[in-house]
Amino acid sequence: MKSAFNVRHLVSVLLVAGLLLLPLYSHLTGNVFVLTLFTRIVILALAAASLNLIMGYGGMMSFGHAAYLGIGGYAVGILAQEGIGSGFVQFPVALAVSAFYALVIGALSLRTRGVYFIMITLAFAQMAYYVASGLARYGGDDGLTIYKRSDFAGLINPGNRVQFYYLCLACLLVVVFLIWRIVNSRFGLVVQGLRSNEQRMQAIGFPGTRYRLVCFVIAGTMCGLAGALLANNTDFVSPAVMYWTRSGDLMVMVILGGMGTLFGPVIGAVAYLVLEELLSQVTEYWALIMGPLLLLIVLFGRGGIMGLLGRLSRG
Amino acid sequence: MAEPLLRVEKLVRRFGGIIATDHVTLEVPRGELHAIIGPNGAGKTTLIGQLTGHLMPHSGSIHLAGRDISRLPAYRRSALGLARSFQITCLLADFTAADNVALAAQARAGHSFRFFGDARKERGLREAAMSALERVGLADRAGVVVSRLSHGEQRELELAVALATKPQLLLLDEPMAGLGITESARMVRLLSDLRKEVTIVLVEHDMEAVFALADRISVLVYGRVIASGTPDAIRQNEEVKRAYLGDQHVVVRHG
Ligand SMILES: Nc1ncnc2c1ncn2[C@@H]1O[C@H](COP(=O)(O)OP(=O)(O)OP(=O)(O)O)[C@@H](O)[C@H]1O
Ligand SMILES: [Mg+2]
Repeated sequence: MKSAFNVRHLVSVLLVAGLLLLPLYSHLTGNVFVLTLFTRIVILALAAASLNLIMGYGGMMSFGHAAYLGIGGYAVGILAQEGIGSGFVQFPVALAVSAFYALVIGALSLRTRGVYFIMITLAFAQMAYYVASGLARYGGDDGLTIYKRSDFAGLINPGNRVQFYYLCLACLLVVVFLIWRIVNSRFGLVVQGLRSNEQRMQAIGFPGTRYRLVCFVIAGTMCGLAGALLANNTDFVSPAVMYWTRSGDLMVMVILGGMGTLFGPVIGAVAYLVLEELLSQVTEYWALIMGPLLLLIVLFGRGGIMGLLGRLSRG
Repeated sequence: MAEPLLRVEKLVRRFGGIIATDHVTLEVPRGELHAIIGPNGAGKTTLIGQLTGHLMPHSGSIHLAGRDISRLPAYRRSALGLARSFQITCLLADFTAADNVALAAQARAGHSFRFFGDARKERGLREAAMSALERVGLADRAGVVVSRLSHGEQRELELAVALATKPQLLLLDEPMAGLGITESARMVRLLSDLRKEVTIVLVEHDMEAVFALADRISVLVYGRVIASGTPDAIRQNEEVKRAYLGDQHVVVRHG
């Protein structure tokens, strides 16, 4: 048990070290592309980590988590379009709108369980997708180009590749740290207890829905942050980031890395997106290889990569 | 007469065509150990479920210490001092024994909207958990994950969890179900200890235990209370003998 923890620990530390040193590698080899790729990976790892909070720790199988990527992104894009370029306005607005959306969706959907919850979160995200498609003033279906990245008053320059990468990485690490604190707090134990056995939790005096809802809002807010970063990264936001397949991607990253583990979603995001990148360079039919491969891991590698590492070290 | 701790009046609960609780009226004064017996399917668990709020009655009322709790959700009743153990073990299977009990203590300590401190390092909660575990003889198993505990240990943990909420009224649904002889004996000893501190409603098939422990016994058959009284009175009661204790009905032990 103990050694399992240590191997996971080691892999997590190596992962973080690798992410921290990546710009150096990119600089030394002159490989700019790897930095671009990993900026995207870090942002989506943040989104996956936030999904893991509700899905892995809270047992809430949300199939609409990509909606927050869009909401955070559109908050930045729309404000930029309307001439408000300050990141100190854009980011808080992105987080606040995401939180509000999560509050409403959560209040409506958390009464349901199992497949119904999956379906209802999916339905709401698709609604968000169609609403965004209908925003004619902001590009509608075609999406919205962001001509100027968020302005942080000279503090950080998001236009600089390395600086922006470190901004995203810092956000990821802070979010993972917060999740670590949360899952070990009183609140976190209640949420995990509810996942484990709701009836028991009610019998000892916990109103389940209230705690779940707060958790749902925290996760949505975190993912809104990923959305705001993603829009900056691509200088563009479109309804496509909210499409249900994107929510599915996030779920796969979480499951692949290991649900309910701190660094699982980060490892999952790296593995998923690097694999996708490599396979797509080899063949244009990469999805045909990727699909079955993921299926195998999900079906047979219980606990994802983190689970595998745990079993490996236990022998 | 003083207000009883628990007062149940004309409680009715149906499942489709059958009446699982049929105008049950019951009073349990503070300090009493009140046993509820009856054949399988008599409606004992259904009655407990309505007392705890896991199941809503169709009519009738439930008062706890004079307060109408008939419509309160389970978590509110728990906060008012009602705790239960489940007939079918109902624990957080992937948590340790200590975590299970500490969460009960945490519920007792007020709301849990605290997001930062490590709850497992809170002295107060851990100590409360340990003392409840000691109480039921599980102190040395505190760090073991529930799914690795034996059935008997899980039954004891059920009780520890209920105790950790510091209840006024303890509702125990067949705490001895599936226990071996020595485990059963230990549980009886534990209950005879506990009854000095807390009012208990005990549902149990083990007649020996029931008659040894109970101050009063109510007999439930087809959802109705057909008799209620001291163990001696119940033993003498003709209707009870006919319906339940008599030889046409074999009293089975659950397992
Ligand atoms: N959720 C339910 N839906 C439908 N019928 C139910 C439900 N729960 C209980 N019943 C029925 O209500 C009656 C009373 O059941 P209950 O479980 O309360 O009996 P019990 O006295 O606890 O029995 P046992 O000694 O076997 O535990 C039974 O006929 C049972 O089939
Ligand atoms: Mg029963």
